[in-house]
Amino acid sequence: MTETAFYLFGAIAIGASLLVIAQRNPVYSVLLLIASFGALSGLYVLLDAPFVAVIQIIVYAGAIMVLFLFVVMLLNAPQEDTEHDVRMHPFRGPGPMRFGAVLALGLAAELGWALTRTPGDSAAFGGTPVSSVSAIGRVLFTEYAFAFEVTSILILVAMVGAVLLARREEPR
Amino acid sequence: MVALDHYLVLSGILFSIGTAGVFMRRNLITILLSIEIMLNAVNLTFVAFGRALGSADGQIIVFFVMTVAAAEAAVGLAIVIALFRHHESLNPESFASLKW
Repeated sequence: MTETAFYLFGAIAIGASLLVIAQRNPVYSVLLLIASFGALSGLYVLLDAPFVAVIQIIVYAGAIMVLFLFVVMLLNAPQEDTEHDVRMHPFRGPGPMRFGAVLALGLAAELGWALTRTPGDSAAFGGTPVSSVSAIGRVLFTEYAFAFEVTSILILVAMVGAVLLARREEPR
Repeated sequence: MVALDHYLVLSGILFSIGTAGVFMRRNLITILLSIEIMLNAVNLTFVAFGRALGSADGQIIVFFVMTVAAAEAAVGLAIVIALFRHHESLNPESFASLKW
């Protein structure tokens, strides 16, 4: 049961992510990425992390992706130039694209090599999972209290920066 | 039997897809979306390791990564809007000058 769910969610996540890269219309890309995040949220449930699963849906799919969608629709941007057509084979594309495809394949190969070199942990998860929100909150507000406070400053800076950057310059 | 290895492989595949997107696409919005894919692959690793070690730290770091991702998306999209106003384009190759 768990196995089926893992492969199902994993396949959805990989397929949707690949389609995000392959789409030429950014609106479709954003919507497919939301599907990918939904699948990842299912994987978090399988990992006994319901808190992360819920904030994945609320914060990522609900807030960040809607922000992306707003910007895509606000800009009403033209689609990508046809000379950089992504539908052609990545290895026959222009130089930087070919380099990027080689680099990504190299990274995948390197990660695979690293995983085969490690002893591996193919036993089922043991131990007791930490899944209650109260347990997470207790650690968050004691051990990680400083990081939590710094986060609030980060968000403030990002907010001011976003308003300042996107502001239309008033005519002089 | 789904174990830690499975999650690490899945996360590696997702991270590679994100890398490919950053290098191969010529659209600022899609590049930002690819960065989100990479951040999510890392989040999956954190949660999987946290589960394997029976510790809450993985989930807490995911919480912080999500905060950083939200800040990055807000600032990144503001920069994209500002650039689009000046150049009417989202192709990163049209932003070759440091000053306009």
